[in-house]
Amino acid sequence: MQPTLFSSIHLTVSQLTFHIRKQLENDPTLQDVWVEGEISNLSRPASGHFYFTLKDKNASLRCMMWKPDAARLRINLQDGMAVEAHGRITVYEPQGTYQLAVNLIQPRGEGALYQEFLRLKAMLEAEGLFDLDHKRPIPELPHVIGIVTSQTGAALRDMLNTLRRRLPLAQVILAASPVQGVEAPPALVNALQLLNYQSPDVILLARGGGSIEDLWAFNDERVVRAVAHSKAPVICGVGHETDFTLCDFAADLRAPTPTAAAELASQTTVDDLYAQITQHATRITDLALNLVAEQKALVSALRSRLKYVSPERRIQSEYQHLDELSRRASSALTHRIQLQSNHINGISKRLLSLNPEGILSRGYAIITRKEDGAVVSKVSQARGELKVRVSDGEFEVKNEK
Amino acid sequence: MAKTTKTSKISDTLIMENLTYEEALTELEGIVESLEGEQNLLEDSMKLFERGQALVMHCSSLLDAAQLKVQKLVGESVISFEEESE
Repeated sequence: MQPTLFSSIHLTVSQLTFHIRKQLENDPTLQDVWVEGEISNLSRPASGHFYFTLKDKNASLRCMMWKPDAARLRINLQDGMAVEAHGRITVYEPQGTYQLAVNLIQPRGEGALYQEFLRLKAMLEAEGLFDLDHKRPIPELPHVIGIVTSQTGAALRDMLNTLRRRLPLAQVILAASPVQGVEAPPALVNALQLLNYQSPDVILLARGGGSIEDLWAFNDERVVRAVAHSKAPVICGVGHETDFTLCDFAADLRAPTPTAAAELASQTTVDDLYAQITQHATRITDLALNLVAEQKALVSALRSRLKYVSPERRIQSEYQHLDELSRRASSALTHRIQLQSNHINGISKRLLSLNPEGILSRGYAIITRKEDGAVVSKVSQARGELKVRVSDGEFEVKNEK
Repeated sequence: MAKTTKTSKISDTLIMENLTYEEALTELEGIVESLEGEQNLLEDSMKLFERGQALVMHCSSLLDAAQLKVQKLVGESVISFEEESE
């Protein structure tokens, strides 16, 4: 380095510190960095901010975490913990210190695990293991439900309770297996294989919640392949809602929790089945009643028609006819008799009016000649002794002329 | 022909107990369709209706009696499973 003619730069403390700050805060590497180390001197004052030191064998780094980021931590920080912290370098001018303003902390190794997860996911996806066309539908009413999970633990208990409530008609076969640790992946593969020999209608693969390390068996390539190639459709319910493992992608259906997996396996519940048979029962009852009503109406109509053409009715009809005829006959006869009677009456009256006796009562007299009884109708005939007949008797007269 | 199948089914009343839920349900659905088709003689229809009612009773009692059967796989054999009580 060439010596300058001028003396070194003269700065105030503030100016120098500001310069340092500018250098550090303008360095992109230092503004978005992951740091690996061990926690020590952890302090969690009432303000809610966290202060600690990250150190390794040769160096240490002051760290602080603002309250909102600290509150979001999923893990419980402790001295001695090996972690990976993400943040940016800041300079605290009053004290002339630099520190890492941390926004994320995860247990060491988790970052690496996540990378591995992404790598495997890409690889298996490229092979087509996660293709939607390969996914099979879940049977609506499974007879045999297989379960692969730990024999102890809440997952199994929750699933059995759900199935007992929704579909007690079904039969469950449990293939117990450890669900974490190095022994888990081969045990899970074996469980799936043996279970498939029993030909279940669906298999539930489940495990309760945990960290990415706890769930790691379900990202194991061997297990993922076993799920994809399972003869029976697989419903995967591992961890909590937000946990995704590679088995979730390979399964025919993903459930957010073990309980949800059991629900998805029992789409048709006993309530649905009851409703279905009740519906059928109502339907056949209605049909039967309709049928009977129809037939009754038919028979009733026929009965009416039959009555109409029956001999009984014929006979009645004939009787009626007969009555009618006799009525007409008798009325005709009566009429004739009446006519005759009238005729006779008429004649009788005429006779009466012609009756000489009748004439007498009107003051006329019948004069007859005494000698021969001849009726006198002319004056010339009225000589000698005459009989005069009046209404109530006779007397004699002499006409001397 | 269709008619002989129906009448032979009607006479199978004795085998009711051996029907699984699915078999009973399928037969019941068949009876509903048959009765809706209205092609049957009255006597056959009444027999079908009775058979249908018997099937409804059978399905109901299967549902009532159902208890989740849980077994465990040990190697290739299936044995009964005792759950841990919590």
